[in-house]
Amino acid sequence: MTRRSALPGFGLTLGITLTWVSLIVLIPLAALMLRPWELGFAGFWASVTEPRVLAALQLSFGAAALAAAVNVPLGLLIAWVMVRYRFPGRRIADAVIDMPLALPTAVAGIALTALFAPKGWLGEALAPLGIKVAYTPLGVLMALIFVGLPFVVRIVEPVIQDLPVDAEEAAAVLGATRFQTLRRVVLPALAPALLTGFGAALARGVGEYGSVIFIAGNRPMVSEIAPLLIVIRLEQLNYAGAASLGLAMLAISFAILLTINRLQRRMA
Amino acid sequence: MSHRLTRRGALGAVLGMVAGGTARAADAAALLNVSYDPTRELYRDFNKAFVAQWKKSSGQTVAINQSHGGSGAQTRSVLDGLQADVVTLALAADIDALARRGLLATDWQTRLPNNASPYTSTIVFLVRKGNPKQIADWGDLTKPGVEVITPNPKTSGGARWNVLAALAWARRQPGATAETEEAYLRALFRQVPVLDTGARGSTTTFARRGLGDVLLAWENEAHLARKEFGETDFAIVTPSVSVLAEPPVAVVDSVADKRGTRTLAEAYLRHLYTAEGQDIAARNFYRPRDAAIAARHTSVFPTIAMATIEDFGGWDKAQAAYFADGGLFDRVFTPGK
Amino acid sequence: MPRSHPPRHPDADAPIAGPARPAQRRWDLAALRRRLAIGLALSAMAILLVLPLVLIFTEALSKGLDIALEALAEPEAWSAIRLTLTVAAIAVPINAICGTAAAWCIGRFEFPGRALLTTLIDLPFSVSPVISGLVWVLLFGANGYFGAWLDRHDVRIVFALPGLVLATMFVTFPFVARSLISLMREQGAAEEEAALTLGANGWQIFVRVTLPNIFWAMLYGVLLCNARAMGEFGAVAVVSGHIRGQTLTMPLYVEALFNDYEWIGAFSVAALLSMLALVTLALRMLLEWRIERDRSAGV
Repeated sequence: MTRRSALPGFGLTLGITLTWVSLIVLIPLAALMLRPWELGFAGFWASVTEPRVLAALQLSFGAAALAAAVNVPLGLLIAWVMVRYRFPGRRIADAVIDMPLALPTAVAGIALTALFAPKGWLGEALAPLGIKVAYTPLGVLMALIFVGLPFVVRIVEPVIQDLPVDAEEAAAVLGATRFQTLRRVVLPALAPALLTGFGAALARGVGEYGSVIFIAGNRPMVSEIAPLLIVIRLEQLNYAGAASLGLAMLAISFAILLTINRLQRRMA
Repeated sequence: MSHRLTRRGALGAVLGMVAGGTARAADAAALLNVSYDPTRELYRDFNKAFVAQWKKSSGQTVAINQSHGGSGAQTRSVLDGLQADVVTLALAADIDALARRGLLATDWQTRLPNNASPYTSTIVFLVRKGNPKQIADWGDLTKPGVEVITPNPKTSGGARWNVLAALAWARRQPGATAETEEAYLRALFRQVPVLDTGARGSTTTFARRGLGDVLLAWENEAHLARKEFGETDFAIVTPSVSVLAEPPVAVVDSVADKRGTRTLAEAYLRHLYTAEGQDIAARNFYRPRDAAIAARHTSVFPTIAMATIEDFGGWDKAQAAYFADGGLFDRVFTPGK
Repeated sequence: MPRSHPPRHPDADAPIAGPARPAQRRWDLAALRRRLAIGLALSAMAILLVLPLVLIFTEALSKGLDIALEALAEPEAWSAIRLTLTVAAIAVPINAICGTAAAWCIGRFEFPGRALLTTLIDLPFSVSPVISGLVWVLLFGANGYFGAWLDRHDVRIVFALPGLVLATMFVTFPFVARSLISLMREQGAAEEEAALTLGANGWQIFVRVTLPNIFWAMLYGVLLCNARAMGEFGAVAVVSGHIRGQTLTMPLYVEALFNDYEWIGAFSVAALLSMLALVTLALRMLLEWRIERDRSAGV
């Protein structure tokens, strides 16, 4: 092992880290990766390409991507306001952003369902417009926007902080409109961070369970998310099937994160 | 030096966790009853009565611990090592699954009277005040504009009884074939906007969240819902045909023998068949097996024509044909047919 | 980056065109834009983040404070609170200590596989909570790889405290390490190396030099880790066994109460959990303020 620093403690801390990572992350995930092959490759493939599974994966990844896509402009707006503007209550508002991280997901799910159900505060207001949120894929989207928002804001905030104001001013002096400054100067500088935020919100949304099952409706082929299907398979004592789906989700998530990382490196 | 330290720290952490786990396991004067969702109120009452009775007859103080959840989920937990002395589940198929893995004898259903089901129930409709959609029987559920609430048969035992009751009706229609049965089920589930994972979730969706026009529910659950959410706001409709649901009970041999709780566990389940146990069941809207006690509650339990699980060839067949992966329920949700 | 041509747009706020009127209009526009942005951001946050919270407290208090407090005084509620605190009290310190160790080794040294290790530490964030519970069942359940051995020795891991702790540790694994690694890399090792030349040993360097520098960031990570540990639902639901009064954590107890039709009780416990979340956020706010103050004092 090479260590470029003269500081002590490399062996000790590396030992602790490796033990910790192995015990809590690697060994358990290895168990997950071993289990599906009881079915053989064909069995594994068949079990993750059932129409119902594909529909669930499509919903989980589609809704998570859409939610992340909504969260990027929304998170950018909120981060911008928090960093660039001073207004009364800013600190409290800034703290509230972390609410979805601090609030238990099941509680969030129950609360969102109560809000958007036909009899709920918001559900009642939206019903005359013909918009149904609870028990539809829209409900899944809503819950995922909720859980993903802080990831985008927290990742973008420090980058906005470091953004040199001179560049914007220069652009303004050169006669650029506010919109042009935003599009040509600010956005390119923020793009890598926005992409990271998108990836983090997406990764979080794909696996989300607690807040979604209450509001989703859980109809096969329509509003059934992939993690629920894992639970259903588990309850049918189909361990290998549950592990297969888990592995497939993990693989897809990983591929997406890798792609995002690569895109980012190209940008930077 | 550093490596040894690391290893020792990790070992200590693991050992600490293990010690915490074993401390709790060795309490012999306690039973764990692993049950399904709608029996919460029943066993709350029954446990109180049994603890008092046991204290009187043996002088021993016992504690009955309860675990509730979807019948399938509970079965999975027991299989994975949840230390249940007794299981009281929604359908025999779930206890069969435990027996197949050797947790209890395969003849468990003959060890207690009445197929080891001390109480029965059936499937009824719960509708809103005044029955605005005029739902009287299974045929009305597939009319345009009727929204039906039922839990997911994949995860809920009660929902599997719902499907069987619906099939029992479809089967008795003139000119019924396997195709018409499947078509009816397809039409029925087209009306379902939400599939909750458990019976309790569905009741909440229907009664509290105000979704749907009719809830397919356990008879006991329908009565309880009226009690909880307002007797005037909801009404029970009994269909022309339903199914005789027999929720079974059993001692889990492997656990009871290891923990030395067999005598207690057997006495506990037997007590369900006594006059006191039967009366508690009836008061919690489960149909008692005891004719004398049933006679006292005839107003709550109307006579309905009921199919039994034997009409579907037993649970093994029914499970494989309707609820397993690729079974009838999965086909009903596959588009394009 | 190619710089764009100075554009000529009819609406361009040309600064050279100078007298009073355009400047006035520009100020108005800026203020308007500012108000619009703040208004939009705050109303989105109010609907999305605050309204659910308001709903929880409204429901919990709908029959009065007494009833809500009564629900919290139930022995089963107490046992859920105790269990949740116990789980967090074991999982969070272990993750904090190991996370700090990981930050030291990744933030201060170059070694092959460092990037891989960082990715592995981040991995639990992209794993579904359901899987985080499932893996422990696959390992330690009666049908798991170590199930038979554990059963012979009468050791219970899943459906008991150790399983809950392990599932929680998996889910909250990255929080502390993640908030420290980037900070330590940013800070660099100059101060520590200086201390080393002055003859300090490793422990002294860590306690006297590193810890003061990373303390607030570490606390921030611990806070979020703790909030997640107490609020986790999906992962612990798989390994809990749902034994009332024994293996129900607070979030699972909320669900159990819902299924008992105990609305007030469910929302009361949910409100208590939300209060914990609010305390977390308040502490975070304080931390942020300290960090900012330290930073400005340091510069």
